[in-house]
Amino acid sequence: MNFVATLRIALLALRVNKMRSALTMLGIIIGVAAVIIMIAVGGGAQARVEEQIRSLGSNIIIVLSGSVTSGGARGGTGSQPTISEDDGYAIGREIEEIQAAAPTLRGSGQVVAGNANWSTVFYGITPDYLEVREWAIIEGRGFEQAEMSGAGKVVLIGQTVAKNLFGDASPLDQVIRVRKVPLTVIGVLERKGQSMTGQDQDDILLMPIGTARKRVLGSALAKSRSVGSIMVKVNQGADMASADARMRELLRQRHRLQPGQDDDFFVRNLSEILQAQEASSKVMALLLAAVASVSLLVGGIGIMNIMLVSVTERTREIGLRMAVGARARDILTQFLVEAVTLSLIGGAIGILLGIGGSMLIAELAGWRTQLSVSSIVLAAGFAGAIGIFFGYYPAKKASRLLPIEALRYE
Amino acid sequence: MSGTLIRVEELAKEYRMGNNVVPALCGVSLEIAAGEFVAVMGPSGSGKSTFMNLLGCLDHPSGGRYWLDGQEVSQLSGDELARVRNRKLGFVFQHFNLLARTSALDNVALPLLYSEMPPNERTQHAKQRLAQVGLAERMDHHPAQLSGGQQQRVAIARALVNDPRLVLADEPTGALDSRTSVEIMALLQQLNREGITIVVVTHEHDIAHFAGRIISFRDGKIIEDKPNVANDAAAQLT
Ligand SMILES: Nc1ncnc2c1ncn2[C@@H]1O[C@H](COP(=O)(O)OP(=O)(O)OP(=O)(O)O)[C@@H](O)[C@H]1O
Ligand SMILES: [Mg+2]
Repeated sequence: MNFVATLRIALLALRVNKMRSALTMLGIIIGVAAVIIMIAVGGGAQARVEEQIRSLGSNIIIVLSGSVTSGGARGGTGSQPTISEDDGYAIGREIEEIQAAAPTLRGSGQVVAGNANWSTVFYGITPDYLEVREWAIIEGRGFEQAEMSGAGKVVLIGQTVAKNLFGDASPLDQVIRVRKVPLTVIGVLERKGQSMTGQDQDDILLMPIGTARKRVLGSALAKSRSVGSIMVKVNQGADMASADARMRELLRQRHRLQPGQDDDFFVRNLSEILQAQEASSKVMALLLAAVASVSLLVGGIGIMNIMLVSVTERTREIGLRMAVGARARDILTQFLVEAVTLSLIGGAIGILLGIGGSMLIAELAGWRTQLSVSSIVLAAGFAGAIGIFFGYYPAKKASRLLPIEALRYE
Repeated sequence: MSGTLIRVEELAKEYRMGNNVVPALCGVSLEIAAGEFVAVMGPSGSGKSTFMNLLGCLDHPSGGRYWLDGQEVSQLSGDELARVRNRKLGFVFQHFNLLARTSALDNVALPLLYSEMPPNERTQHAKQRLAQVGLAERMDHHPAQLSGGQQQRVAIARALVNDPRLVLADEPTGALDSRTSVEIMALLQQLNREGITIVVVTHEHDIAHFAGRIISFRDGKIIEDKPNVANDAAAQLT
């Protein structure tokens, strides 16, 4: 008995009970679609995290001003600046694992260009900042030595700010007023997109740290050397933990902290946080896929149930087939093919539904989804395997019938 | 076309029902030559169907031996019996046993699915058989669209499609009116004339008298086995 004929019989049998076949498939359809959607959503979340790690630059450590204990009351993070520009230079100079260390000052305020205005954040930086963040200037130039040492009235502009102030016109050589201080745009930054907290990283201005301190942020900071944070990039391949430890040691020494005294700064290892986030999103995706595959299992049990009913209903047919020459294995194949056909058709519909569903989710919920070929192949293979696994018992039962008893069955 | 087709010796079948043993067939011996037309008669429960099922290799005997076409079949395995049924036997049942929602043509071709015949020849072969029973025009009809007599003809075409040596019919006219019964018997007589050995179980003497030999059963034994001058069914129809 050849395969095409067997397949034809199976399709015929499934067509006879269209409604029942459709309902039986439903379990598999839902299961397969759910698995594909869950993997797509999980993959999307993971891809987003990976992209953030990439956009942040890898091997980043951030040093923040910490708490100072004064009269028993501890201030919060950064409540009082404790780290200085010179701490940053020292880190870059003295620790060999460090590729670059960039002390930054942060501020925010209104920016005006002509009659357009925009509210944004600005950073006072050293050129190391661009290296640490692996941020390129796509138009214009970076800061020159003289501009760094002389608090030059120059600024680098992020894409979002450029768009809002100048539209499609080139912002180069235009003068913008940041908190009323006129600065000349000398370069435009490459687009970075969203940060992991969902902030627009292109909504930014960068200026020399001296400019920010003396001209823009105003008198309070003018004489101090303190900074809000130091962004540090560790050499590729160097041990993050040891770089971290050496940096703490250097800072404690510079801040003259006694043994037993708390650090007056915080060290944040961002890529570690992101990697943890990536790992947890991976676990989440796996968990969701596992839950979805439970419905595949339930679908499989549905197939087994219907196949058992079908074998009982068609006992006389089985008897007749045996009487005209079908061997046990012909009957086994017939029912197995029927079950697998059921699960594969269900699987195919489920795949289409899963692809459509994950596109819809991306469209409606705005979540990022990532369809993977391997998840589709996996789901199809799983559906087929379920057909074989849950179809085998009923098929075996059918093939074990004795011809005369099957024929006489009422 | 001569020689012994069926030979049984002390063939016995008993059914076990819990602790009870029901003897359905108690040592039957006989020979049927190729080309014979045999009617089996007897009261209800006398073992006719049991005997037919054993002849049809559908059931295993509890005792005795059975040679079909020179081959001892009483010891064969399930798969080997399936082969024998497929190659040498054709069955006609009281209630036709056609597959519902399946065309007459596909019903007739069913045994060929399990034979070695190449798929492209099957349809042709099945069409020929349908034509032989006079239903060439009905090949696309489903059983529900056919009369009882027509359904039985489809069943006979199915029994013939593998060119069997022996056709076994257990009360083939049991569900039909008397005229249609005679039509079916005429068809069987014609097949017999073409060389096929036929064994028919029936309750009706009229039907049995279309056969060339009448065997009577009672309580699982043969009580009478006599030749008969067969009536011509076709002649009765005109
Ligand atoms: N599967 C079975 N299990 C138990 N007993 C059975 C079984 N099949 C038949 N018998 C018994 O065997 C005996 C012979 O039955 P069988 O069907 O051969 O009779 P029959 O001559 O064909 O009767 P009928 O003319 O009513 O069809 C009966 O007593 C019946 O009850
Ligand atoms: Mg009977």
